[in-house]
Amino acid sequence: MSSFEFDSALIALGLTLKISLWATAINLILAVGLAYYFATRRFALRNTLDAILTLPMVLPPTVLGYYLLVLLGRQGPIGEFLEHYFNIRLIFTWQGAVIAAAITSFPLVFKSARAAFESVNPQFRQAASSLSIHHFFIFFRVTLPLAWRGIMAGTLLGFARSMGEFGATLMVAGSIPGQTQTLSITVYEAVQAGQDQLANFLVMLISIVGFLILITSNYLTPRGMRNTHA
Amino acid sequence: MLSTNDSSKNSLNNSLNNSSSDRSKPATNKNSVRAQHRNSNQPQTVWQIDLQHTLGQGETQFNVDIQFKSTAQRIVLLGPSGAGKSQTLMMLAGLVEPKQGLIRFKERVLLDTSKKICLTPQQRRVSYMFQDYALFEHLTVAQNIGFALSKGLFNPSSKRIDDKVNVWLDRLGMADAALKYPHQLSGGQKQRVALARSLVHQPDALLLDEPFAALDRDIRGELRSLLIDVQSELNLPMILITHDAEDAQAFAQDTILINAGKIVGE
Repeated sequence: MSSFEFDSALIALGLTLKISLWATAINLILAVGLAYYFATRRFALRNTLDAILTLPMVLPPTVLGYYLLVLLGRQGPIGEFLEHYFNIRLIFTWQGAVIAAAITSFPLVFKSARAAFESVNPQFRQAASSLSIHHFFIFFRVTLPLAWRGIMAGTLLGFARSMGEFGATLMVAGSIPGQTQTLSITVYEAVQAGQDQLANFLVMLISIVGFLILITSNYLTPRGMRNTHA
Repeated sequence: MLSTNDSSKNSLNNSLNNSSSDRSKPATNKNSVRAQHRNSNQPQTVWQIDLQHTLGQGETQFNVDIQFKSTAQRIVLLGPSGAGKSQTLMMLAGLVEPKQGLIRFKERVLLDTSKKICLTPQQRRVSYMFQDYALFEHLTVAQNIGFALSKGLFNPSSKRIDDKVNVWLDRLGMADAALKYPHQLSGGQKQRVALARSLVHQPDALLLDEPFAALDRDIRGELRSLLIDVQSELNLPMILITHDAEDAQAFAQDTILINAGKIVGE
């Protein structure tokens, strides 16, 4: 493997980490926030909305990529709005790749966080509110500390999923070296170009990172203890 | 006795007395509520309650229709499990909203569905003690007791223990367990912690859901008398629900029998 190939692998790794971290940060707020709402409130169409939010887990990434192109493209409703008012273009940018990664990993974070919140006995929230603590503070003082292991496990899974994102990213952000060419896309390009050594190196790198994330996630996953209360 | 801190006891009593007059609202008479004035000099009504609610689903569905008025400081709602006692108590605490009804505590209206008044649990200043205590698993005994003293975003520090918490730790003989976590405590200790946690922020009333049900027979008596002592020291109105007539006999100044959501005797 040439030093040029090695450098491009490192650049792709750096870019992949940047995109995955941004996608994870978005989900930490969006998916965890929605999960809390779904776990603690009863409202009409809750199951239907849950199914819609979980769709990215079962849809082919190319279908998600297509949806994103239609919405975020220059002719799309969101793309046109962003370009007209803010001069922002998302297609073929790393920010576009962040959105693709965030949407494909959303269900993993959302589902795990919802389960984690639901495993917290509602009596804890009720006890805290009868002690005159405001709901907003109860979330940070009681619910989140009791649910955080499940949330972290889901967030790590989401991060791993973002690292491996391929189909939707390729459709939305393309494969521009140094800008949108992530690790998984670089593997594809290396195999296409017959750069076997680079492909081998990248495959090992991705496998090791993925393995470490899963080990950590397993360690954090609650072992059925969170359900019991004092 | 809270002999270690008489001033805190006095301030507690003052706050109890002030709070009812501060938040006084005009009284409304409901004909359906039976009066239970026992003394000729007509002591102050503590609780006036008139609640209608539907519980359960399908075949197990039944209506709760509870009306009483009492001047007693220690009231026991006695009845078999599934009679709707816990739900009634949760309605008093604001944790369950009844279909319709009125709850007046002393001069304060906590709920009046006809006037669309429904105070949140936070506004009611009525502490609720759960049957299995619901102690926060991630907090120490001292943090649990001091939970209500810290109103903001953060839980009380695990290192620095508030003076008010120390008073309770001493009073309940739990000073050695201050840094333990709930899973390290016995049933009786958990109950003491839950009691202290419910009282440390000086609520206007305390509601207790089957406080002795999870305890061994021999410590039951001990905790019963502790509860009666605390009640008379603080002069704090309490409502206790139980399925055990012995609890009622030991604790109640006024017993209300409930079955299938209705009052069947007093």
